[in-house]
Amino acid sequence: MLSVRGLSKSFGATPAVADVDLDVAPGESVGLVGPNGAGKTTVLNCVFGQTHPDAGTVELDGHDLGRLPTWRRARLGIGRTYQRLEVFPELTVRDHLVVALRVQRHGARLWRDLLGLGAPSREELAAVDSVLDAVGLVETADVPVAALGLGACRLVELARAIVGEPRLLLTDEPSSGLDEHETRELAGLLCSLQLARGMGMLLVEHDLAMVEAVVDRVVVMDLGRVVASGGFREVMGAPAVRRAYLGVP
Amino acid sequence: MTRLEPPVLELEAVRAAYGPYRALFGVSFSVDRGAAVALLGPNGAGKSTVARVASGLVRVSSGSVRVDGRDVTGEPAWRIARAGLAHVPEGRGVFDSLSVEENLVLSFRRRAGRGEVSTSLERAYERFPALGQRRHDRAGALSGGQQRLLSLAKVLVAPPKVLIADELSLGLAPSVIDDVYAGLADARRSGTALVVVEQQIDRALALASSAVVLDRGAVVYFGPAQGARAVAEEVVARRHRVEEDAATQVGPGARPPAGREGRT
Amino acid sequence: MEQLLGFAVPGIPYGCAYAVFAVGLVLTYQTTGVFNFGYGAQAYASAFVFAWLVENHAWPTWAAFLCSVVILGPGLGLVFDRFLFRRIPSTNTTARVVTGLSLLVGIPALLPVIFGNGNLVGAPSIVFNPDTVYFHLGSDVPVNGIYLSAVLFAVVMLVVLVLLLRTTSLGLEMRAGVESRRLLELEGVNAPRVTATAWALCGLMAGLAGVLLAPTEVTVQAQDYVTLMVAAIAAAACAALRSMSVAAVVAVLIGVVSLTAQGYLPTSSFWYSAVLPAFPFLVLVGALLLVPGLRRLDEAKDPLSSVDPPPPPPSSRLRGREIDWIVRTGFWVLLFAFVGSMLTWMPPSWETVLNQGMAYSVIFLSVTLLTGTAGQLSLAQATLAGIAAFTAGQLARHVGLDFLAGAVLGALAASVVAAVLAVASLRLRGLGLALMTLAAALLFDVAIFPAQAVSGGTGGITLSSSWLPLDLFAPDGHAYFLLALLVLVVCAGGVALVQRGTVGRFLAAMRGSELGAAGVGVNLPWQRVLAFALSGALAGVGGALLAIQQTVIAPGEFNYQLSLAFVVIVLTTGVGTVEGAIQAGIGLVVVEQLLQYAPQRLQGLTFVLFALGALTYAAHPEGIVELEKRRWTERAERVLAHRHRSPATSSVGPS
Repeated sequence: MLSVRGLSKSFGATPAVADVDLDVAPGESVGLVGPNGAGKTTVLNCVFGQTHPDAGTVELDGHDLGRLPTWRRARLGIGRTYQRLEVFPELTVRDHLVVALRVQRHGARLWRDLLGLGAPSREELAAVDSVLDAVGLVETADVPVAALGLGACRLVELARAIVGEPRLLLTDEPSSGLDEHETRELAGLLCSLQLARGMGMLLVEHDLAMVEAVVDRVVVMDLGRVVASGGFREVMGAPAVRRAYLGVP
Repeated sequence: MTRLEPPVLELEAVRAAYGPYRALFGVSFSVDRGAAVALLGPNGAGKSTVARVASGLVRVSSGSVRVDGRDVTGEPAWRIARAGLAHVPEGRGVFDSLSVEENLVLSFRRRAGRGEVSTSLERAYERFPALGQRRHDRAGALSGGQQRLLSLAKVLVAPPKVLIADELSLGLAPSVIDDVYAGLADARRSGTALVVVEQQIDRALALASSAVVLDRGAVVYFGPAQGARAVAEEVVARRHRVEEDAATQVGPGARPPAGREGRT
Repeated sequence: MEQLLGFAVPGIPYGCAYAVFAVGLVLTYQTTGVFNFGYGAQAYASAFVFAWLVENHAWPTWAAFLCSVVILGPGLGLVFDRFLFRRIPSTNTTARVVTGLSLLVGIPALLPVIFGNGNLVGAPSIVFNPDTVYFHLGSDVPVNGIYLSAVLFAVVMLVVLVLLLRTTSLGLEMRAGVESRRLLELEGVNAPRVTATAWALCGLMAGLAGVLLAPTEVTVQAQDYVTLMVAAIAAAACAALRSMSVAAVVAVLIGVVSLTAQGYLPTSSFWYSAVLPAFPFLVLVGALLLVPGLRRLDEAKDPLSSVDPPPPPPSSRLRGREIDWIVRTGFWVLLFAFVGSMLTWMPPSWETVLNQGMAYSVIFLSVTLLTGTAGQLSLAQATLAGIAAFTAGQLARHVGLDFLAGAVLGALAASVVAAVLAVASLRLRGLGLALMTLAAALLFDVAIFPAQAVSGGTGGITLSSSWLPLDLFAPDGHAYFLLALLVLVVCAGGVALVQRGTVGRFLAAMRGSELGAAGVGVNLPWQRVLAFALSGALAGVGGALLAIQQTVIAPGEFNYQLSLAFVVIVLTTGVGTVEGAIQAGIGLVVVEQLLQYAPQRLQGLTFVLFALGALTYAAHPEGIVELEKRRWTERAERVLAHRHRSPATSSVGPS
């Protein structure tokens, strides 16, 4: 489904990503791990169109995404969560999801608003609430997000990303700021979503227990390059990976 | 442990309002010189608020904070920092617009003294070579994990009297976490007292001599590290049970009867 | 060559004067994070006080200098820091821009109130005698004291400041403090003092600039300083507000090019009359479109911003059922009482005032939509209102179109201009966008509105009663009131519906996080253009309405200063809600009318009062009205809760 070929990007003189190839099949979940500054987030940014690569292509279902802006990619069915939070502080949790749902509905938004038809419909609320329920945010549905803690904000971002039923989910360190229990729940949630919807997933994460629980395949990056890829156990056993990433001699 | 000298950090019956939604209710604990305390608890329990109260970022509404025996309640953060307390905040703790080196220089001038800046810089780059390679880049251009590293490098090279590290291992690769914990152990040997807020309970407890477990803004456990694990897990489990009960009790009109297929 | 030199050299002191201000702007931005629109006003204040002391009170020059520059300059800076900028959360870019604007609006209006009216002539020069020719450049280009002091001061200031900022630890701490005062405090640095020092330094520089450069202008007038400021802003923008040296060089170039062109161009040509005055604006627009650094302004976020408590929920969310009922009923009672009074006993003078207030309210709704809902700061709303008014006026005059129909077309025109402005500035945000819209407003003021074909000259277009269907001009009729009320209700209702609907949610998402909004698929460029177009249409409708009420459409009614004042006023009362705009509109005219009863000297105080409102705005960005509403709602809820406590358990609040 997602196919990245020869992706390169440098910031100034420092190459952040160099000649990266990466594939995600439909319904497959791929873990992207590596030391700090390996270029993992940059890969996600390039896939989502927030950074435009210096070289290389990003294809979704065989179509080159070229220089499509982020919002077009989102409408093509890519969802994303961020390492640094990107929530809408003054909107309530529920409104976050309503925004994400409404994007799908085309045409005459302004006129509908002016006719007083802008409030969320019953079906929309049902869809939103079922996602909130799945993520465990029902209690805080009407709280402005500015009032929530880091962990809850991460869940809001996740809920916002999945409510539109994306085909590909990019998540950037979803477990950071969550406690062990919440991390386990999140892993379970991601697994079940993937099973239920056949969603592809690219997961950047340092919590290896979570990576192991969620992904089918791991890609290890170091200094902007892919240094290993394959099943979780075999890759983590490779000496190069142990040296570069795990810090075990 | 002999208690001839006062604890290097002491919170007594601290209450703090922090926006309308989160707060502390009478938090008390103390950290002895050279000791290491793990601060545990579920999300939203008030761990970050405790850290911020101790460093003066959040004002105390009642109770007192003492650093090295001196009452610093209500003093501005910079005075508390000069009294020898360093706080590495959660998330990004660096100045994006300054270069890596400028970030370090700014910090070392205060902590290590003007004469020591260049030797401290050398030590920092030696310990964290990734920073040395990018010393002239803007700190904002570093990856999230490298920024984290930079903010820790500032304090680990010139260890303060008390170091509060909030969400210590957040966003760090496993090998770097090892480095950082090794650095913390070094700092502790040189006399720095540590307060570590950490999601990875085992790691934190391996380092710590004692632990504080918080729940909903109150201390539910303060004692030796060994006993903390069970309490922390109990608190988290209770919290999640309560949440689920509440979720099933939400009024009938608020939510259509959707299935709970999301949880596994 | 000789001729070129003859034209170009006089440009150098002008250029250096621009450079002094441009460097000051960059300095303030780099050390305090504020783009100080009030910098020129600060300089003006020092120059004014200096001249006033020397001329009117015969103080010796050194004493006046000490008082106006060494004391007043840094003093003003410290006051700004202490009472305004220190209270603004570091994440709130809009608040910083608007507070700077309020200084620009407030200070020049305040000085005559304190020191009396009248221009001061010929301030003395400090270092060099302005009339003495010290030497000749080439064979016949005289270099007098003005040239020398401007050039010398610019160079010395630049060198000293660059050294200070780049090599000293104070400079490093100042730059760090801009990004996060809290993080700086965690390093053990007395951040409040660093920021205060930065403000004092900037104030001193502004004061020096004002006094040293005052002799270059014949009279000490606020208007000269505004022209100066535009050139300085343009130069600072070319340097991306980052490099003081680049800013200085560009400023000198602007001065030299303007004066050289002035020498060569025939005085009767279009280039001389329209393009030359607009030259600095064109440089500014060019910089905003082309300099990549300006797109990243204010990007550095305070990593510790989460220490600030979250913004309080809007008062409407706090209301319980009973209070809600009281408020709703009260609203209708008030509305009927208002309409009833206007139609029956209200004296005509006050009816006129309130009518004007309603027209302003419609214009202010455009600020509510654009700034409050979409989070985009525009400083050209009065210009947009003017475009609609002039369009309607010219259509009526030349085509004989009914003025109301013309108003609709005018609103469309304003909407199109706003959309074009939005498209041109798609890559700018925050301060960059504010500067872009300001440049557009100034461009219209200088080059387009004064043109005979647009406005009929400075006198403007006088409306004729034959252009309007009903007796809308009739002084004793209520037709205008009913029209204005209808328009206001329709516009306010429309904005409220948009805020509650899909578009409002999208705009709120965009305001919250552009990255996040794009990430869920919101078409940001389109939303921005839409917000600008809607806002332009609203401003246009309001402008045409105001034109009918005034019966004369003059360029002075729609200048950039009004645009600035509009934004400051609406943000002060409350930019988030429709009520805020209406209260701002009515408040503006009522305050103005009440000041009519005050002594002559205080009558220019309206804007000062609203600029003072920035004092509260800094601490409460939701606006005074919203703040008071929330307080009263909370109080009322407490009283109610107290009364209800006796019949046992009521609902449990959030834990």
